Amino acid sequence: MRITQGTFSYLPDFTEDQVKAQVRYCFENGWAFSIEHTDDPHPRNSYWDMWGLPMFELQELNEAMERIDECRKAFPQHYIKLNGYDRTKGRQTTMLSFIVQRPADEPGFYLERAEAQDRRIQYTIRSKGSSAGKSAN
Amino acid sequence: MAGNSNSGKKKSRWAAGITPYAEMGYYDADYEPKATDILCAFRLVPQAGVDPIEAAAAVAGESSTATWTVVWTDRLTPYEHYQAKCYRVDPVAGTDQYIAYIAYDIDLFEEGSIANLTSSIIGNVFGFKALKSLRLEDMRIPPHYAKTFQGPAHGIVMEREYLNKFGRPLLGATVKPKLGLSARNYGRVVYEALRGGLDFTKDDENINSQPFMRWRDRFLFCMEAVNRAAAATGEIKGHYLNVTAGTMEEMYERADFAKELGTVIVMIDLTIGYTAIQSMAKWARRNSVILHLHRAGHGTYTRQKTHGVNFRVISKWMRLAGVDHIHAGTVVGKLEGDPNAIRGYYSTLRANKIEADLSQGLYFEQDWASLPAVMPVASGGIHAGQMHQLLHLLGEDVVLQFGGGTIGHPDGIAQGATANRVAVEAIIQARNEGRDFLSEGPEILNKVARWSPELRKALDIWKDVSYDFESTDVPDAVGTVTVG
Repeated sequence: MRITQGTFSYLPDFTEDQVKAQVRYCFENGWAFSIEHTDDPHPRNSYWDMWGLPMFELQELNEAMERIDECRKAFPQHYIKLNGYDRTKGRQTTMLSFIVQRPADEPGFYLERAEAQDRRIQYTIRSKGSSAGKSAN
Repeated sequence: MAGNSNSGKKKSRWAAGITPYAEMGYYDADYEPKATDILCAFRLVPQAGVDPIEAAAAVAGESSTATWTVVWTDRLTPYEHYQAKCYRVDPVAGTDQYIAYIAYDIDLFEEGSIANLTSSIIGNVFGFKALKSLRLEDMRIPPHYAKTFQGPAHGIVMEREYLNKFGRPLLGATVKPKLGLSARNYGRVVYEALRGGLDFTKDDENINSQPFMRWRDRFLFCMEAVNRAAAATGEIKGHYLNVTAGTMEEMYERADFAKELGTVIVMIDLTIGYTAIQSMAKWARRNSVILHLHRAGHGTYTRQKTHGVNFRVISKWMRLAGVDHIHAGTVVGKLEGDPNAIRGYYSTLRANKIEADLSQGLYFEQDWASLPAVMPVASGGIHAGQMHQLLHLLGEDVVLQFGGGTIGHPDGIAQGATANRVAVEAIIQARNEGRDFLSEGPEILNKVARWSPELRKALDIWKDVSYDFESTDVPDAVGTVTVG
């Protein structure tokens, strides 16, 4: 089940050139570029694991692509996303964030319902297949 | 005490009877507005035979301390401090209108109260016989006053971090038909639109709690739909549950229930009133729920050139009051909106420091002193084929809502949602790549539509839709009027 988090998930997966163009856009805007990965793509997981620190000084596209490849090699079955971060006053937040690698088989989620009183349901979304979700099965 | 009119002697300020407002200090061309003053720009048309300066002074007087005749009790106060001062009156070339600039001392206003701010400035003067018409065009709110308000419960940055959605406009849709669906079927529309790719769906402004669908049932079915769609996509989804009701107590009951069900967002209509809106903004921050405001009814007083309150002033009041979203116009859709005026509204809502710019109808600079930004919402007759124009005109920090443009898709609601999502992502990708996405927009959309049958169908079915009517309200041409 293709999760659709990130800015470009409804488009066909990007080629290397298309990824480069987005990284270049981050550099042009003076945004810090960073790489994160996870095997727990739950929508409320705000903290994917960082692949190194945000690259505040990086301006070399090829070096950026090498870093991404290093992460791919280390975690071939993880989700990997790229972020562009803007530190300017009033923003101080992520400006771009998109997925560049998905596991070959995306396990997806299932919806758990705990029925409470007066027709209320307590909903929990569980990741199928991640280390976080395994104990639920 | 009563002045005698000796020949050659000017009438005493305190002579009982009628003295022109302009001579009582309500017009003062030498007055230098203080950094702490609240400044207003009014567009006024005096009745025939009424001097425009006297008319402007009357507006200043009657929106501050004056009444129609001299009163001795004024002398018990430092009246020169409390009275508003009209410091400038400019004619609008080619019309019978004038722009009057009036300064109000900050001591005239209760801290943190939109009700008081508005009662003070627009509560009295609009019915004045001596004026043919009056419109409040803009208001400069000093940081000293802005800081007494909560401001947006979350703001644009916090909303994006909460939803984990960056780098593109958010997408929404109002459930259609406007009225008549029962709760379970209403929830079906929500589920389909969200699983297809929209971030939000929305109650319409008139969906509150009617015989065909009561609020509690709607909330329960909508949250089922929202959660199903979130599990199906892995994204955080939301439906703006409308908690508008006849009393504040009922609103709190509905909002609390919505929160307990786990909604990320609720909505209110402008018709609940300024005080209720401020209360709901406080509730929203206390309960970590995003607050969407539908500007229901604003068109009754914001739309005509010479009357009412310009929407940019409403935007400012709502940013102070503390909503997170506000409908602010689409330019290319079915509802009224001149592009320059709308650009001015969007700046007012999103920017931190705004320069005066008469071409956008911004009469004053405005420094929000780091008050969070409000996310503008563009809703009304827009469709996927306009995505390049929408991004060009409105920017990235906006919620684009396609009600008919999602639900009217021939293959289904989810397909309509997908068409919109593919379109927005494709235009964003092109923009980031440095392409001229405005003129290449149709080409970009057609190219990605080769891969997306949903978008192809949407483009084909709506390609001839546009709304080309002359706007009823366009900013004055920048001619002889200069900015103070």
